[in-house]
Amino acid sequence: MLKPGHGESRGIPDGNPGTATRAIPGGMLSKARAAGFPMQAGRGEPRDSAREPGLGALRYPPAPQMRFFEYESRAIVANAGIPVTQHGFVKSADDARRVAEQIAGPVVIKSQVLTGGRMKAGGVQFADTPEEAARHAEHVLDLEIGGHHPRGVLVDSRAAVKHEYYAGVVWDGIRKRPVMLFSDMGGIDIEEVAERHPEHVATAHFSTLRPFAEWQAKQLIASLGVSGSALNRLTPILARLARLFLDYDMTLAEINPLGELEDGSFVALDAHMDMENEARPRQRAILHELGVGDEETRQAREPTPFELAGEQVDAQDHRGVAGNVTEFDGDLGLVIGAGGGSLTLFDAVRAHGGRPANYCEIGGNPSVRKACGLAKLVLQKPGVDKVAVMMSIVSNTRVDIVARGVIKACVELGYDPAEKIAFFRIPGAWEEEGFKILARYGVDYADRSVSLHEAARRAVEKIQGSAGGDGAAPAERFRQTTAEIGDERDV
Amino acid sequence: MSILIDSQTTFIVQGITGREAVNLTRECLDYGKGAKIVGGVTPGRLGRDVHGVSVFDTVGQAVEHNGAPIDGSVVTVPPAFTKDAVFEALENGVRLVVIVTERIPRRDVAEMVELAGEHGARIIGPNCLGIIVPDVVKMGGIGGPARDAAKSYSPGPVGVISRSGGMTTEMSSTLTAAGLGQSTAVSIGGDAIIGSSYAELMPLFEADEETEAIVIYTEPGGRMEADLARWVSEHDSRLPIVAFMAGRFMDEMPGMSFGHAGTIVEGKEDTAAEKIARLAEAGIVVAEEISEIPAIVKERIAARV
Repeated sequence: MLKPGHGESRGIPDGNPGTATRAIPGGMLSKARAAGFPMQAGRGEPRDSAREPGLGALRYPPAPQMRFFEYESRAIVANAGIPVTQHGFVKSADDARRVAEQIAGPVVIKSQVLTGGRMKAGGVQFADTPEEAARHAEHVLDLEIGGHHPRGVLVDSRAAVKHEYYAGVVWDGIRKRPVMLFSDMGGIDIEEVAERHPEHVATAHFSTLRPFAEWQAKQLIASLGVSGSALNRLTPILARLARLFLDYDMTLAEINPLGELEDGSFVALDAHMDMENEARPRQRAILHELGVGDEETRQAREPTPFELAGEQVDAQDHRGVAGNVTEFDGDLGLVIGAGGGSLTLFDAVRAHGGRPANYCEIGGNPSVRKACGLAKLVLQKPGVDKVAVMMSIVSNTRVDIVARGVIKACVELGYDPAEKIAFFRIPGAWEEEGFKILARYGVDYADRSVSLHEAARRAVEKIQGSAGGDGAAPAERFRQTTAEIGDERDV
Repeated sequence: MSILIDSQTTFIVQGITGREAVNLTRECLDYGKGAKIVGGVTPGRLGRDVHGVSVFDTVGQAVEHNGAPIDGSVVTVPPAFTKDAVFEALENGVRLVVIVTERIPRRDVAEMVELAGEHGARIIGPNCLGIIVPDVVKMGGIGGPARDAAKSYSPGPVGVISRSGGMTTEMSSTLTAAGLGQSTAVSIGGDAIIGSSYAELMPLFEADEETEAIVIYTEPGGRMEADLARWVSEHDSRLPIVAFMAGRFMDEMPGMSFGHAGTIVEGKEDTAAEKIARLAEAGIVVAEEISEIPAIVKERIAARV
């Protein structure tokens, strides 16, 4: 009997990166949990639950890894010497027909999108003839899944599979080593296997300093009782997977299912690879080979115009960082920093009933221009009534420079800083200078004696107390004072 | 007393001629009793001088010049060269490496940590601000210029461990304002893999007589807090721990990450809510706001006596 090798059986056929169930070492993977895995898969994709009222799906910060399309993952695997089924990546129905003709057998047409729910959405179709393959391809190529338009389709032969295995490698953040997972129950979600049949999942950590040795793979596979020819054929495949994981700076390298065919040979029926973003500069060779451009970020969703404008503010000046600008739909604009401070302050604003209009992380000693640009962007966002300018104690970033920047933004937009800046709480370097400037413009500010939460509370109180703000501030009065705020004279 | 460093600790700054490193060197020399910076390393800059600190081409030269093994190194070289710099320090007998550099690929971090383990050495970071022993010494940019650091940090009984460099100072400042000084504050870095986690620093604080309580700053993502909870349960620690968790809002945005690279929503048990539950199970108090921390610490210290 022909057992479909592409997961159309057993419930999780999708092979989609990004489906929650796909996350290998997810929170429920008991063995993985015991091993202290970093659960790297399944991140960076907006799920339905991310679209809750008030909090949209986030784009920033960039996911720590870059997800590959399935056709790229297969190329990586094949390049490492691991056999794959005969397949072709195409962008037209005609090409799909040609690939199906070459395969000369039953095929599966799979949408190439970086989002979950592919199977459910009808993005995976089976065809017995080249004509049928072309028909399906035409449909799938036009099918938008979760807001993503497919890049193309994979036309894959349907192999005669005798048994399905699982092989994967991820990082373990606690042991600080890579860990290899192997199961003789492949084709379904490994998380589910680990939960229901933990005796069918084996794991082994390995060194990053010494080359991965064949015996390590062999020992892992044999620990599940796999012997004979299967053991000897699986060993080099797992060893190659472990090596490619390190060679290409992956955060996830997974083959599922890893199929044993009727003739006893093994083939990767589906693969999923994520590469760490920080390593992209040194992985240019393979990325170029795969046709991945340097600018291709593959984030969970496309940036909004507001977020793109935030990137421009950051890019216009090399000094400091105005990063991770992310849009929300509230009325309180936030100029907050840095990493930990931003997380704390965003929580604090919400805890006090505030509705943030954005998230951001400003720091690293930004220029007046950058602070001004960010504040302007936030102030001009539709629905924003006031901005709160808050950070944890700064030692590198200068309080006076940020103060100048945000006041300048108000003034240049014709607003009264005292009215538009709901609250300013940045203690630390050059605070005396900064507070002087704030006092001169009547801006409500505080030093370190006011906690982050208290600052957030005051900012929220201010915006709730105002009836929407008329925005028609006495522009002239402030425009004349712009000059004294200075621009880069403080650098 | 303190953990990791004291007034006698000798260290070098690798990448000392970089702009941030020059500032960091000044800050460390100025702070407390003045750090014993016995050299700096920037390849090709042998013979230069940074605030009176001699610059060498290699760590070996610095060790030779020092005439004795060097305890530590602050590494501030660009990410592509960090691994080599750290290997060089470790192979030349340095036992404590503070890695300031951000954006280092995980594979490199894992290799550095593994080599450090083989040498019996310790890594703090990467992507961290270093270590400070209030009024005595600081190793790294933590707290900023000496004058600013002095405003936030004061000597006392609380050990501080934080995944965020800036929040190390914010929390210490809050403690200081309430009359609670710090024995040592350590910025451990926010990446997915770091040299020293909460649980790995706990035995050091446990052994330090001056330390009476621990305050930690945590974020969603990773398993370090669960690991700490396990350590506490297994070791019957004498030290009460008070935690603050930032980024709770991320629980409502599964699949997303914020802040540091390690702030990753990796699965159910890595959410803020799940971590808080785990910490609480282990008897660790999780404060709702930073301003509540001093009172809780005082209460917990009093309860132990």
